[in-house]
Amino acid sequence: MIRALRAVIARDLRLSLRHGSDTMMVLVFFVLTVILFPFGVGSAPETLSKIAPGILWVTALLASMLALERLFATDHEDGSLEWLALSPLPLELAVLGKCFAHWLTTGLPLVVAAPVLGLLLNLDPGGTAVMIAAMAIGTPALTLIGAIGAALTLGARRGGVLLSLLVLPLYIPVLIFGVSAVDAAIFGLGAEPRLLILGGLSLFALALAPFAAAAALRQAIE
Amino acid sequence: MAEFAADALACIRAERVVFKGLAFTLGDGGALRLTGPNGSGKSSLLRVLAGFLRPAAGRLTWDGADVTKERDAHAARLAYVGHLDAAKPVLTVAESVRFWATLYGAQKPVSAAAAALEAFDLARLADFPVRLLSSGQRRRLALTRLLAAPARLWLLDEPTTGLDTASVAQLESVIAEHRKSGGMVVLATHIDVDLPGADTLELDDFAPESALPVAEPDGLDEVAQ
Repeated sequence: MIRALRAVIARDLRLSLRHGSDTMMVLVFFVLTVILFPFGVGSAPETLSKIAPGILWVTALLASMLALERLFATDHEDGSLEWLALSPLPLELAVLGKCFAHWLTTGLPLVVAAPVLGLLLNLDPGGTAVMIAAMAIGTPALTLIGAIGAALTLGARRGGVLLSLLVLPLYIPVLIFGVSAVDAAIFGLGAEPRLLILGGLSLFALALAPFAAAAALRQAIE
Repeated sequence: MAEFAADALACIRAERVVFKGLAFTLGDGGALRLTGPNGSGKSSLLRVLAGFLRPAAGRLTWDGADVTKERDAHAARLAYVGHLDAAKPVLTVAESVRFWATLYGAQKPVSAAAAALEAFDLARLADFPVRLLSSGQRRRLALTRLLAAPARLWLLDEPTTGLDTASVAQLESVIAEHRKSGGMVVLATHIDVDLPGADTLELDDFAPESALPVAEPDGLDEVAQ
């Protein structure tokens, strides 16, 4: 079973590396959108510094949504999903494996890019470490919650729009605690409790998402 | 001695009865050929047999045990090859087969994959990316999954689509080998596939008398009131 799970993760990583498009799309969107903000709100360092955590988190949220639609869609279209569902590996674990590979290729790049873009937005240096930590803890929740939405909207026309409507409201708690953790670090309050709540959100999503997404996938291949 | 049987099986798709009262029995080494015009429910029946769809009525049993109640055990003994080839264009042929072999629990995925590729004459294409394959070659790639990880019951939906005569003969011999070792095959087809001693199920015989919807959408009465 472990071997089968590893095979699913390895396959998705390989597919993603050979396509390369998802990681690039997410990163390019993240970078370009963040760069747009100084043009929109003015380049005064104090203004940017004040809103930097919010900009980074909102943009990361939107960027991670971009690649979600394809999480199960290609497997659904080419019939791989049916074969996955029939395999001895429980579909819940297959979902978990796919989410892990998806996070490595679309979530992790955001974590890496965030501090660099923080410099661009004059993010207070005291917040950078917490920014990285909060992103690392929070982005798995984004992938996992998104997986439920991606599975539910499989086969729907204009699934992308539906997906955002479903998923964005559920992202709000992650956004709130992600931003407040960075702000707390900048203002010298303890960031730790907020990071813990963020971790709790991720663990909650980890416990729930595989079951919810697998149930939705079984519906989709009926 | 295993027995796979259906009794009074019915299937409803989009509020239309596709077939009803369908019955068959399949023993070790048995084969069942599904025939019938387009839309007569061959694919739907195979999806019911694979456990993707729940039968609207009737029983589907393996050795007397209801398979809809033990879906995991049923999934473990069947291999399903539908219309889609489940092939990823950027993976190589060998990588694709190895992946499915590993996923389906083959003990030695690499050698199992190599043997399966050999049987369907794809060995020399092993290192080619799937996107360079012709549709017939892709079809053969999908069929290698049958050999890469063994299963008792093969459910094949138009497996010969796009295959040349030599490949059809290959498939026939693979199926014959499988049945000789006690395996079962259910195969939907339009063309003549040689299945010695196979039972034939003509899906048209189980079509409802009228093609009109039997069930009104739920809640229509309440809305009318």
